[in-house]
Amino acid sequence: MTELSKTGAAVGEPTDSGKAPEAFLEVRDLKVHFPTDDGLVKSVDGLSFSLEKGKTLAIVGESGSGKSVTSQAIMGLHRLGTRGKNVRMSGEIWLDGKELVSAAPDEVRKLRGREMAMIFQDPLSAMHPYYKVGDQIVEAYRVHHAVSKKVARTRAIEMLDRVGIPEPAKRVDGYPHEFSGGMRQRAMIAMALVNNPELLIADEPTTALDVTVQAQILDLIRDLQKEFGSAVIMITHDLGVVAEIADDVLVMYGGRCVERGPAGEVFEQPQHPYTWGLLGSMPRIDRETSERLIPVKGSPPSLINVPSGCAFHPRCPYADIPKGNVTRTVRPELEQVSTGHWSACHLSAEDRQRIWTEEIAPKL
Amino acid sequence: MSETKKTDTVAEAAVPKQASAPEERDVLLKVEGLTKHFPIKKGILQRQVGAVKAVDGLDFEVRKGETLGVVGESGCGKSTMGRVITRLQDPTGGKITFEGQDITRLNTGQMRPLRRDIQMIFQDPYGSLNPRHTIGSIVSAPFRLQGVEPEGGVKKEVQRLLALVGLSPEHYNRYPHEFSGGQRQRIGIARALALKPKLVVADEPVSALDVSIQAQVVNLMDDLQQELGLTYVIIAHDLSVVRHVSDRIAVMYLGKIVELADRTSLYESPMHPYTKALMSAVPVPDPKRRGQKSERILLRGDVPSPIAPPSGCRFHTRCWKATQICKTTEPQLVELRPGQRVACHHPENFADQAPQDTVLLTAAKEASELVPDAVLSEGAAGKEPASDKATAAEETAAAEAAASEAVASEEKPASEKEATASEDKQAASTEETASEEEAVSSESASEEEASGEGAAEDEEASEGEEASEDEVASEESAASGVKTGPGAKVSAGKAVPAADAPAEEPATATGAAADAPAEGSGDTEAVAEETGREAEATGKASGADSQESTGK
Amino acid sequence: MISYILRRTVAAVILLLVVSAVTFAIFFLLPRLAGQTADQLAQQYIGKSPSKADIAAVKHNLGLDQPVYVQYWHFIKGIVAGADYNIGPTTVHCDAPCFGYSFKTHEAVWPQLTSRLPVTISLAVGAAVLWVLSGVAIGVVSALKPRSFFDRAFMGVALAGVSLPMFFTGNLALLLFTYQWPIFGTTYVPFTENPSQWANTLFPAWCSLALLYSAIYARLTRSGMLETMNEDFIRTARAKGLRERNVVVRHGLRAALTPIITVFGMDIGLLLGGALITEYVFSLHGIGEYAVKAITDNDLPPILGVTLLAAFFVVIANLLVDVLYAAADPRVRLS
Repeated sequence: MTELSKTGAAVGEPTDSGKAPEAFLEVRDLKVHFPTDDGLVKSVDGLSFSLEKGKTLAIVGESGSGKSVTSQAIMGLHRLGTRGKNVRMSGEIWLDGKELVSAAPDEVRKLRGREMAMIFQDPLSAMHPYYKVGDQIVEAYRVHHAVSKKVARTRAIEMLDRVGIPEPAKRVDGYPHEFSGGMRQRAMIAMALVNNPELLIADEPTTALDVTVQAQILDLIRDLQKEFGSAVIMITHDLGVVAEIADDVLVMYGGRCVERGPAGEVFEQPQHPYTWGLLGSMPRIDRETSERLIPVKGSPPSLINVPSGCAFHPRCPYADIPKGNVTRTVRPELEQVSTGHWSACHLSAEDRQRIWTEEIAPKL
Repeated sequence: MSETKKTDTVAEAAVPKQASAPEERDVLLKVEGLTKHFPIKKGILQRQVGAVKAVDGLDFEVRKGETLGVVGESGCGKSTMGRVITRLQDPTGGKITFEGQDITRLNTGQMRPLRRDIQMIFQDPYGSLNPRHTIGSIVSAPFRLQGVEPEGGVKKEVQRLLALVGLSPEHYNRYPHEFSGGQRQRIGIARALALKPKLVVADEPVSALDVSIQAQVVNLMDDLQQELGLTYVIIAHDLSVVRHVSDRIAVMYLGKIVELADRTSLYESPMHPYTKALMSAVPVPDPKRRGQKSERILLRGDVPSPIAPPSGCRFHTRCWKATQICKTTEPQLVELRPGQRVACHHPENFADQAPQDTVLLTAAKEASELVPDAVLSEGAAGKEPASDKATAAEETAAAEAAASEAVASEEKPASEKEATASEDKQAASTEETASEEEAVSSESASEEEASGEGAAEDEEASEGEEASEDEVASEESAASGVKTGPGAKVSAGKAVPAADAPAEEPATATGAAADAPAEGSGDTEAVAEETGREAEATGKASGADSQESTGK
Repeated sequence: MISYILRRTVAAVILLLVVSAVTFAIFFLLPRLAGQTADQLAQQYIGKSPSKADIAAVKHNLGLDQPVYVQYWHFIKGIVAGADYNIGPTTVHCDAPCFGYSFKTHEAVWPQLTSRLPVTISLAVGAAVLWVLSGVAIGVVSALKPRSFFDRAFMGVALAGVSLPMFFTGNLALLLFTYQWPIFGTTYVPFTENPSQWANTLFPAWCSLALLYSAIYARLTRSGMLETMNEDFIRTARAKGLRERNVVVRHGLRAALTPIITVFGMDIGLLLGGALITEYVFSLHGIGEYAVKAITDNDLPPILGVTLLAAFFVVIANLLVDVLYAAADPRVRLS
């Protein structure tokens, strides 16, 4: 907690935990831990951010960085099912003035699908194979609206039409497996938006799709966001997608935020060595091919034994620059680099500036 | 965007630069007319009623020491191709030659010695390693199967291989589940390299890996190639990765290669519209480029079924440039430029292969609605600098003229085709005037035009559209329309909406301007675009065209 | 779909022919291969110390002196057209679906089968309802709280249910509930006559049989549910804001049950061919009991008849399972 509040203070966010924030969505010091036979898995370990309506926040990270767990924590999905009995959650999640971590499960359920909705990576497995697409959308609508099936069906057709599915009145009676990947994801989006949610969480929505379809879907999400003015959290590992759609970026590593800021800033002046690593690892289609990619050495950390100090230090080429043993012993807190741009790194601002401009940027 | 621009500029100028592709090296693997059909059976007697034409006529060769990248969307047959050329599956037809030996019909026993030379790396680092075997036994399996006794013994050799791919030799006795995804993929690579193969076919080798790990594996494969002189065929859906690793790249669509070129040519001046669309869809990690949103070519709908692929050019159902010939005649994969083979009647960045055929198909018109003006105009802009500015000027002039006419025509409610056409012109003209400079950006515009036209035409002529169009088009194309500058096309595109609601036209006009030529027929426009790419021709032509169009 | 069912029906008929041929061969060809003579075979049909003439007569009347394939042909012809059996002084006519004639009981097989079938169906269907309901319910509850006390307790009971033989549980039920405290009747009454008494009599048998099966079904349901509840579409259902009950029943159970259809079809098919031990223990005059008696009497025609009937039910159950499966899972296409 103390550590948390410190973070909060450092981040310049309201330290008065317990009070409703101004922002539409605000997450404060969120921790999601799962006890397992092997030890405590700290999937998310002290994460704070906020998001306004009409804006898009991209959460970037590799598998096991805690990005998907974060999104499911906001939706309250962890507490359900067999795993839900064990999960340990702390911190606060404020959605439109309501605190969700401490709220009664049924209160959160009523918000789910109505105020906040989610689309998933693989639309084929995310839709029930035995029910018609239309019926699944109807179900989503009728959970929150006391209307007849007929009315809900009309609404479903309307939504299918809105997301660009041809012949919606016919496709509404199709089964998920009869849709192509792109169409399925469109149907998923229709299902998520059927109740006009104010927060849409998209968990790798295009990862399973071909590039051409990905372009269609990103376009659609952007248009719909404009139309409905909802807040969007885009979970992804693809920096290209981030650049395409995000206003703000949050880079996660080992269950914590290592860098956060406006998308332009994060791409122009990335502050954290891990962000540099991500940028260096990506082959880019828009630039001359440099001879070699610059990968991050090693593998992502175990969430049971997160490295001491800075979780990234075992993979960081610059871990020895700060004096003493600080990178191995002290966990860096987020510090503001420029307005709205935060980074958690022990390197001094000068060192970061120098490394970025002299060593990293030229090679990208 | 920059990419597109580059493309355009390069298109004409850069040809020689590209030409130095890795040509005369020895061919390691040669594939001719390769097909692989999976039969579909039905009915009481299980008669074969059709076939999934996963691979339907491939011709290419892999040269020693190079990396051939194969890209395409899911369902294009690239993975099947990989399994067939390694003879994990039997081809339905065609011929595969490896080092001069025909291996098409070799049986399992006859293939065995060749298995040393041809190895495969798979996508899924979790599924492709037997969880009950140690790393040592997995990596040494090829030795046992081939009965090879490496120098210094199997164990020593395996440990050498493990070290080679960046693993520790102590991992010899561990099991796959003790390793991360990236490490498993390294194990897969070590196994593939055990027998010092000549050819390694890698099917999506990095797509299941995290970004940072992906880069490690890409670099590893690169190093190994240089160290061991390997030849790779890398199959992937990620165009950025393919670009990074490949010397030459084959783009597949519905079981066929639509373009095969060296890396630079392909990425800087793609000729096949599909290649262009595919590349434009790749998101780029640069938020600044978002401003110029929608340089992106959105393809409508999905890839058609490989059971009943479209006639003629298989891409014609989604192509914004498709004309009658695309529907009827299958384009051959021909070398339009040294080192760049393309199967397209109306290639980008090159002379039209069927200039006489100018009438756009309805589908093309629809498709062009999704081709952003920005893309078109950008392309145009890119080219234009290269081309004569004079041309542009001419165009504008013409456009203006057209515009005036258009205005005249506007008065009449556009119910007839002609009317529509005229409207289009008007719109174009207005736009042009508004932003002459932009107008220049004709190329991209042309695509738009097409769409515009499409709309107009759709109204007019869902019925005899083609016929009528053909006539008109032929005339126009012959005369001016065809040759109109890229700008012309642009205008046309925008014109379409205008046609519907003339009042709005100015607004619509956006960047596109030039379209004086925008004669009614979209086909012409399309042609024009293509032509336009060749700067000179375009310039002159556009002048002429615009005038003519005006005349009409 | 129709073409599929047609094709399957044709296949089913062929399969039944094969089954009958194999069974026939086992009973009539194998003994000969093993060295038994037609005389010895014929002797079985007569009784103790027959005369030579009797044997010869029987041998001739039954066609035992003919090649086996001819005998088989007669058998098949009998099913379609009926047959006449010459038993000494008189000739017995066996009506059209003639599945043979027992010379030991002096009855045609088919009427026996049809009269006993209702008993077997009553037993099988009643038990099936019980075991499906209880098995699935236990399985679901266990799956929702894995490793809980309830889960462990029921899985323990389930294990016992599978391991305890019918001779034990059946007789125990009889002892306690029919003899010790005579709650249940002992005489089978057809459903059409008195449904409550019908159920009353059968209840102990149903329970004993269901105990055996519900254990299996509970385990099947549990593992199916455990798997299904981790599927992505369950997460989607929850993300919609559905109540957990609906998530479990409408989304989880629906998907988990489909594979159970397959197992259920096979079990029911097998049971309809006669629950041998259960019927024997509870003295129900069903197909199973008929089979047991025939086997102990070494009476071949009834055994052949029962075998064919059982095969028929299994084949039909199989077909039904496939059709049902296609109805339950829209991804399955019958072709």
